[in-house]
Amino acid sequence: MTPARSLLAAIAAWAISAQAAPDPFPSTYRTPATTPTLIRNATVLDGTGRRLDGADVVMRDGRIVAVGAGLAADGATVVDAQGRWVTPGLIDLHSHLGVYASPGVNAHQDGNEATDPVTSGVWAEHGLWPQDPGFAAARAGGITTMQILPGSANLIGGRGVTVRNVPATTMQDMKFPGAPHGLKMACGENPKRVYGEKGRAPSTRMGNVAGYRQAFADAQDYRRQHEQYQRDLAEYQSQQSGGRKQDSGAKQPTPPKRDLRLETLVAAMDGEIRVHIHCYRADEMAVMLDIAREFGFRIAAFHHGVEAYKVADRLAAEGVCGALWADWWGFKMEAYDAIWENIAFVDAPANGCAIVHSDSAEGIQRLNQEAAKAMTRGRRAGLDIPPERAIRWLTANAARALGIESKVGTLEPGKLADVVVWNRDPFGVYAMADLVYVDGALVYDRAAPAAAPASDFLLGQPAGGAP
Amino acid sequence: MRAVLASARPLFLMLAALPLAAVAQDLLIRNARVHTVSERGTLERADVLVRNGRIAAVGSGLAAAGATVVEADGRALTPGLFGGITALGVVEISLEPSTVDNAPPGSPSAAASPEPRPELDVTLAFNPDSVVIGVNRADGVTYAMVAPGPAAGAAVLAGQGAVARLDGRVDATLAPSRTLFADLGGGASAAGVSRATQFMLLEQAVREARPTSPMRDGDFRLLTPTGREVLARYLGGGRIAFNVNRAADIRQVLAFARKQGARAVVVGGAQAWQVAGELAQAKTPVVLDPLVDLPDSFDQLGATLENAARLQRAGVRIAFTNLNDGTHNARKVRQAAGIAVAHGLPWEAALAALTAHPAEIFGLGAEFGRIAPGYVADLVLWSGDPLEVTTVAEQVWIDGRPQPTRSRQTELRDRYRPRAP
Repeated sequence: MTPARSLLAAIAAWAISAQAAPDPFPSTYRTPATTPTLIRNATVLDGTGRRLDGADVVMRDGRIVAVGAGLAADGATVVDAQGRWVTPGLIDLHSHLGVYASPGVNAHQDGNEATDPVTSGVWAEHGLWPQDPGFAAARAGGITTMQILPGSANLIGGRGVTVRNVPATTMQDMKFPGAPHGLKMACGENPKRVYGEKGRAPSTRMGNVAGYRQAFADAQDYRRQHEQYQRDLAEYQSQQSGGRKQDSGAKQPTPPKRDLRLETLVAAMDGEIRVHIHCYRADEMAVMLDIAREFGFRIAAFHHGVEAYKVADRLAAEGVCGALWADWWGFKMEAYDAIWENIAFVDAPANGCAIVHSDSAEGIQRLNQEAAKAMTRGRRAGLDIPPERAIRWLTANAARALGIESKVGTLEPGKLADVVVWNRDPFGVYAMADLVYVDGALVYDRAAPAAAPASDFLLGQPAGGAP
Repeated sequence: MRAVLASARPLFLMLAALPLAAVAQDLLIRNARVHTVSERGTLERADVLVRNGRIAAVGSGLAAAGATVVEADGRALTPGLFGGITALGVVEISLEPSTVDNAPPGSPSAAASPEPRPELDVTLAFNPDSVVIGVNRADGVTYAMVAPGPAAGAAVLAGQGAVARLDGRVDATLAPSRTLFADLGGGASAAGVSRATQFMLLEQAVREARPTSPMRDGDFRLLTPTGREVLARYLGGGRIAFNVNRAADIRQVLAFARKQGARAVVVGGAQAWQVAGELAQAKTPVVLDPLVDLPDSFDQLGATLENAARLQRAGVRIAFTNLNDGTHNARKVRQAAGIAVAHGLPWEAALAALTAHPAEIFGLGAEFGRIAPGYVADLVLWSGDPLEVTTVAEQVWIDGRPQPTRSRQTELRDRYRPRAP
């Protein structure tokens, strides 16, 4: 691409994105008013790779103010964390809470628009039920931010949304202000099974790849139409401003009809939407990397990459994260080659980006334990993985994949005050979150579980109440 | 993929041969923290002597000429873990029908005319060479219930299973553990057979198995002749495991067992804590997943991480299973046990729910689940606290034979291990 053309493309991209923005479903989440908090004398894993023993953390006006020894904060609520551990709030890159809500009745199956293999026009946030009791259970596990994704039935399933894990009545009350959307794609067995059973494409991995490529080729064409429109518009406007408006007979150009499917794909190619791909097999990851190069988009992370360890160096070199489980495996052929050490091996190369994700209403409640299992097996395979390194798998690395690393994921001054106080070293089976803060506001207190608002759904149920 | 399997095969064969070489060898494990799961409790710096595959002695200063000596250095030794209610050996890959061998007959459309088949015996399909077995055994799981899949079209009676030993032997299942499985509740309702229909079918099946009046030609029959014989056996004091969660359904199960003289086991039991007193009184055990704490269905309202602790406090015998992926990740019962401890279950009770209690629940309590003289020498030596996720099984013995520490997963690990920096 010549410099002139790339400039033109950039202008056109801006024009399209300007058209898509502002978000038609804007966040109504507001940072709550809080009093300052001083957490004292904890073992702090700050998410940048540092461990501070006997350290303090100060939060004020929803932000981290300071992390270090012997801090003071006027008027602060003091939490004595002697013997306890403090980490950034945990971030789950892959959740279906709200779109596959509990109870799992038919009416709650809102995560897969499995009626067409490319549904990039659908958004997970429009299926998200904020009353899913799973959100509160995840909060008790220290989850402060998560990406809610469409399911994996489709080649391109739609947009994911990043939310704050706060009690809310509307999706917009949870939506993470300023976080980019995700785009959910899926490799392998699921799309070809779902559509093959319907007697239509794709029914093979060949069909999968043709499906992604045609969709992005259509998006390229859509982008060209917009580029043409922008050129025509610019010419028309210059004619108008040149005072020749009466004599040219030129008509104002009509913008192309909006196509929500292709709008999303163009935004992904322009880097405004992060691409997240459900992809188990190493060889398929390599194919997806080539497709990304062909169409000029970047892949933020491969999710469920059971075989990511086989291409760990390649992922690190390409700057693509692996969002992985510790031990789920074998439920389908593409999940047969699992190993305990997957997360640790993906983490090992320079610039490796390993992420512990859940994809599960159970797993999201204890990402710390998933990480502990991966850390243990990595160490036994000879890798040096101290807790201050492993905590990045469920904090800073996930923030990076979501494009919110400037806001959350570490306990650095200026970051949002998402903080978990653990009863002990979080990398163990007896570890539990004692206190969970979002933007400096206490959203979970293990000592006062009744204070945590239960989902509307649980009110008045014979054996209801919080889990 | 194919190449990996082909090259890995000779090693598997070699490893499979290894235990046989050690068969006659006595085993002396010295200086272990021995969790006996018996009235002797936990013994520090104790020795365990194994002869002919059985525990011969547990104590201090034991000696045996010619025995293989394993120095435990104070590490924890437990009985082999029970892997829960699984499809080990009958499902290799869940979504590949050619490898799924525990499904009762019928198809989803069978909902219209459910056919209960209690005569189905899933143990005949057991494949001791399944890779899934080796993966779980490497994490300390030495035996597990091999159960039929859910009854097709919610036919209520799914078929029979039994506990299998996981050391690759052909004759792996243990006769006293034979159990008939029944499915009741909202899951079956979702498949098109309402609760009312489920109880109607159960009643009809019982009536046929124990006819109160002679059956005549042309009578409506739900069961085959073999099915009637099999069900009659279980009604006469056999063990029937009911997959059931709702408190009201558990009460129906207790009433059924009382009336029919069958021994009921509740599997699932998300709301079991609500009827803990009745379960304790009926001496009906519960095999539960301690991680179930969300109302996944209307049968599971009130599900709580304290279910195990509350049942144990009420005197209900409990054992653990992994309901989420009880086959490939059967090994996760260990983590679930630790989480139950974090939510109020005494540590010793959690270990018992992985060892002695499931053995007792499934009729194996006299030989399995404890480290005591006369018991089968299924043992695990751990790197630390056996319930901790940062602990691994360092050595597993079945019948006193050391089991391979390698599995297909360790083969893959070693092929792709990162180069040293």
